[in-house]
Amino acid sequence: MEKIIEFCSKTVVLAVNDIDTDQIIPARYLTVTTKDGLGDGLFADWRFDESGNKLEEFPLNNDKSLGCSILVAGSNFGCGSSREHAPWALVDYGFKAILSTSFADIFKNNALKNGLLPLSVSTDFHRMLNENEGIEVTISLETMIIESSNGMTESFDLEPFSRYCLMNGVDQLGFIMKHEDQINAFENKG
Amino acid sequence: MNNSGKTLFEKVWDDHLVLQETKDTPAILYIDLHLIHEVTTPQAFQSLRDQGLSVRDPSKVLATMDHSTPTLPVKSLKDLDIVAEKGPADQIRDMIRNCDEFGIELHGFDSDKRGIVHVIGPELGATQPGKTIVCGDSHTSTHGAFGALAFGIGTTEVGHVLASQCLLQRKPRTLAVNMTGTLRSGVSAKDIILRIIQEIGVDGGVGHVIEYRGPTASMLSLEERMTICNMSIEAGARAGMFAPDDKTFNYLIDKPMSPKGLGWDKAIDKWSELVSDDNCKFDKEVTIDVDHLSPMVTYGTNPGMAIQIDDIVPESNSDLGHKKSLNYMQIESGRPLLGKEIDVVFIGSCTNSRISDLEDAAEILKGQKVANGIRVLVVPGSQAVKKEAESLGLDKIFESAGAEWRESGCSMCLGMNGDTVGNGQLAVSTSNRNFEGRQGKGARTILASPKTAAASAIAGSVEDPRKYS
Repeated sequence: MEKIIEFCSKTVVLAVNDIDTDQIIPARYLTVTTKDGLGDGLFADWRFDESGNKLEEFPLNNDKSLGCSILVAGSNFGCGSSREHAPWALVDYGFKAILSTSFADIFKNNALKNGLLPLSVSTDFHRMLNENEGIEVTISLETMIIESSNGMTESFDLEPFSRYCLMNGVDQLGFIMKHEDQINAFENKG
Repeated sequence: MNNSGKTLFEKVWDDHLVLQETKDTPAILYIDLHLIHEVTTPQAFQSLRDQGLSVRDPSKVLATMDHSTPTLPVKSLKDLDIVAEKGPADQIRDMIRNCDEFGIELHGFDSDKRGIVHVIGPELGATQPGKTIVCGDSHTSTHGAFGALAFGIGTTEVGHVLASQCLLQRKPRTLAVNMTGTLRSGVSAKDIILRIIQEIGVDGGVGHVIEYRGPTASMLSLEERMTICNMSIEAGARAGMFAPDDKTFNYLIDKPMSPKGLGWDKAIDKWSELVSDDNCKFDKEVTIDVDHLSPMVTYGTNPGMAIQIDDIVPESNSDLGHKKSLNYMQIESGRPLLGKEIDVVFIGSCTNSRISDLEDAAEILKGQKVANGIRVLVVPGSQAVKKEAESLGLDKIFESAGAEWRESGCSMCLGMNGDTVGNGQLAVSTSNRNFEGRQGKGARTILASPKTAAASAIAGSVEDPRKYS
């Protein structure tokens, strides 16, 4: 996995609360056996009309969002189904971070295992991002600070183990497998 | 006061710690039962293959096919290409190949044990009090009805559990939902959980494990507890649990995978300790009185947007999300939902497809006819439920009323197996999610109990089941 230390991008805003994983990627895109190409189904029902034409008013279809790797979204992002296809689709589309005021538990867990940062920010900073669509921000895992191009800064929390794995490009399974003796002992305890 | 007692959740959690969590690293939690299905496992098996890993303990894996599996009869794999589209058919074949390669017994088309993963776990007795249970499906919370700690995980974590029988976890907080009062006739467990979600919100349980308790809890059957635990995730909760009691033990006593003989007696001793201590402390508590509860229906695009069937849809005021939701639903605020014309009724899903749910619906549909032009699909939760329903003649009741009777599966709950609600159509559904397009592109969903769904099928519009009881 790629190491993540710091990156910078313009933002695209999806000002909707409680965006569930069925919106992020509808179930009909889940009949696959690989992770490839899921970005095509990202927000499919919000991005395209019935004939597959792009809906102009949807923020991701705006030319200004081209190349944006940071999505600003409303609270409780990623609620609903546990489908990891949601972060896979976001990553495949090109997103590296979601900034919101809160996240659903399973989505957050899944995102962190795929190099996608689900970062909770204060309502003040979130409001600033919403009011300044497209603003450039830099996210640093080193300093745990988000800095926007208008000079505002915001510190964030990140579960320390996930942070370590992201910064070192390490898969989390290795940590479990290193404790095989303890797992054996647990099983033998009966 | 001494607050050193443990909650039910803490007892199960502590009992499964391979490694304690520290500031820097999460806990390693041992998993007793891993449920798998065809949609959230292919990439996990591939990752094992890529890393040269095997499945640590295939005997702790219960495998079935439900999500993308068609509910039209499939006698052999040849039939699959006739009833299913290419994607689902390939996914099912992949599941068969993966289980075979990694030595896991799969309850496939030829198995009478096949069904929705959250229905077969309990009916086989694989689900037991005090177990840790995970599955790549958020409705794994269902199994908490037995006093198990059960929750949904992602596919990467499915790979972790297959390879190590363990999961990395931070300890969740606890939320007590105290239920008081007695349900009136025509009101169901589904109405209780919709009322709870309406009260605490779709993110009210985030970061928490719910324990459902209080005087009402002991009155509820295991099926009713499963319906309630099932939708814990719709309140954002990590899991939902009921303390096991005599009803739990009676449910499990004759199940194939339950402990037998002396093992059963020992299990009862152990399971009886799985109650929250009197001096324990929950991080949060709420109380819900169900005494005057009416049947609940949802009007919006998340399960928290619910009203009692005799209420009116609330005004949006300045809430843009609320307005957007009503727009999608084509439902007006300030008016009742009762009497709103519908197109489809779906009775099924891991929330409401057990035998008691089908009996509830059949009691109302017996001798009645489905309204003209309404499509009604009844899908049993498992092949065992199907068999039992047929031995009770429920299939005949549904079919004479004009409903379709299918093989088991997730069906119309999530529109990825050929069963969908049409674009723009309005469905009354006993499933768990009324998200935009959940039941098919452009589909609009009203969540309700099997009783309300059956009454609405006869009326052709949203109907109060108490009219029929």
